[in-house]
Amino acid sequence: MGGTMKNNKTLRYILITAALLALPLILQIFGNAWVRIADMALLYILLAIGLNIVVGYAGLLDLGYVAFFAVGAYMYGLLSSPHLVNTFANLASAFPEGMHMPIWLIVPIAAALAGLFGMLLGAPTLKLRGDYLAIVTLGFGEIIRVFLNNLDHPVNITNGPKGLDQIDPISIFGVSLGQKLMIGDFEIASVSLYYYLFLSLVMVAILVSHRLALSRIGRAWMAIREDEIAAKAMGLNTRNLKLLAFGMGATFGGVSGAMFAGFQGFISPESFSLMESVMIVAMVVLGGLGYLPGVILGAVLLSALPEVLRYVAGPLQEMTGGRLDAAILRQLLVALAMIVIMLMRPRGLWPSPEHGKSLTTK
Amino acid sequence: MDVFLQQVINGLVMGSMYALVALGYTMVYGIINLINFAHGEVLMVGALTSWSAIGMMQEAMPGAPGWVILILATLIACTVAVVLNFTIEKVAYRPLRNSPKLAPLITAIGMSILLQTLAMIIWKPNYKAYPTLLSSTPINMGGVVITPTQIMILGVTAVSLAILMWLVNYTRLGRAMRATSENPRVAALMGVKPDMVISATFVIGAILAAIAGVMYASNYGTAQHAMGFLPGLKAFTAAVFGGIGNLAGAVIGGVLLGLIEAIGSGYIGQLTGGVLGSHYTDIFAFIVLIIVLTLRPSGLMGERVADRA
Repeated sequence: MGGTMKNNKTLRYILITAALLALPLILQIFGNAWVRIADMALLYILLAIGLNIVVGYAGLLDLGYVAFFAVGAYMYGLLSSPHLVNTFANLASAFPEGMHMPIWLIVPIAAALAGLFGMLLGAPTLKLRGDYLAIVTLGFGEIIRVFLNNLDHPVNITNGPKGLDQIDPISIFGVSLGQKLMIGDFEIASVSLYYYLFLSLVMVAILVSHRLALSRIGRAWMAIREDEIAAKAMGLNTRNLKLLAFGMGATFGGVSGAMFAGFQGFISPESFSLMESVMIVAMVVLGGLGYLPGVILGAVLLSALPEVLRYVAGPLQEMTGGRLDAAILRQLLVALAMIVIMLMRPRGLWPSPEHGKSLTTK
Repeated sequence: MDVFLQQVINGLVMGSMYALVALGYTMVYGIINLINFAHGEVLMVGALTSWSAIGMMQEAMPGAPGWVILILATLIACTVAVVLNFTIEKVAYRPLRNSPKLAPLITAIGMSILLQTLAMIIWKPNYKAYPTLLSSTPINMGGVVITPTQIMILGVTAVSLAILMWLVNYTRLGRAMRATSENPRVAALMGVKPDMVISATFVIGAILAAIAGVMYASNYGTAQHAMGFLPGLKAFTAAVFGGIGNLAGAVIGGVLLGLIEAIGSGYIGQLTGGVLGSHYTDIFAFIVLIIVLTLRPSGLMGERVADRA
């Protein structure tokens, strides 16, 4: 009995892995735009997994999560685009070829910086109750965006609303993901290469997050989520644990931000609006707070479906005389989905089977 | 000194609008512990409805004086906002009253996006010029300039606040509201109908938000589907600043926030030698908020309640 069960499970994993690996190659046939959608969905999954640590495990409602995404993206953008070299003469002499920092340097810096920002944000909010925390994090997200928008004078650091362009594509072991790769006669498009990179990152994130949830730290977070006073009474250092949750969540955000910058080649403050934070929170909550499969489902649904819709919305736009264009329709459906799903399934589409319990009985 | 007084007046005008919206947030929060994210959108719907109403009335009765049209438009805006907010509560929040805390928050965010999108479809996304209905000649009082619209805003806010205070402190409904926010279960045992009280709270909040919306649009001279977001956010900040759930706190928080913003943006250029300009205005609110909450986590007038996460 047990043997067949285990075999079934292994088989299932192999099938899922094969399907995930083949997906971009199939989508590629229909056009690179479809692979791009899958890429963005993976980035959102990464973000949602990161936010899930803060909101789902530790129960701290963070409405400014996109700030860490922005920190990571700008870190990558500044260190690998010609902008800084063009602005600062002494940097230009130090890097005559331009600052093309390797990814092995940028990503750890971006992750560490985002993590640091996460802790910085966490520090003043430690004493706050849930809703106060939400508004402070929301304010923090806006502050970062306003600074990104305005730090183009007196010293031009972020290039303001124009954003940073000519950002180097990500390259790993000398293979640039910005160009298509030929293996014999078989061609893998650039977007598909990114897909594999993001997929592996998501896998790592799932593993880390899953192990964290089962660890001592994860159980402590869930104890804080359920009842902070009781957790404190049990001898948990709630202050450090909360800071750790903020830092960990922010690190994920920073890494996905860096990936986003390399993938897009262009970033501007517009990509990091409050709406984006709200969407990430919605993904986590819609899918199933604190439960990884649910969080992934929520991220895929909210990121990919509206994009798919964009292709269907053309005829509708003609019918309504341009009043309902794709973007508006997308927004309308996302809003309706958020309301309807929450009304029908208040605990999310795919909620954790043991609600409120951190210990799994084996 | 004149600059200072001028900024104080501007701050009071902004602050009184924040206060009206903040009251809506704080009353709802005090009774059902929900951040009504869609509240800023009620303000927007109020403003846009009044814009349409003014347009229609100006065509229908060209000779009517500005203030009559403004009052009628405000009444129409209030009616629409009341119906809207009442429906929102019924449809999106009531079914989730005993759900996990984040669920109604998500529907509230969804409602906010939905309303913005619908407004964009109904009213088109362009900025509309909001007509100046009161005389636009500013009044000069000892070097300080104030427009009739601003005087109207201060006056209307004062009257609305007085009516609200009377309603909450001296009527049956007000007593029921206070009792429900103190302890819903005991209030229900004493014969208060919680559903009725909650609906009444949303209705009152909608009236205040619609009034604020009309005033906001008259003050800036424009209206648009996204106009509710920023005042909504700041009004919520004001409510938290004053201590959420506390009516007087919301008013004081709103006025203080308006003053801080106006004075801050008036002087930030001088103070930093031109390094930081007035486009940082929008983040004052948040910086102040973070400082206040760090020093006094329950807000200026909030009671120190036991921390129940």
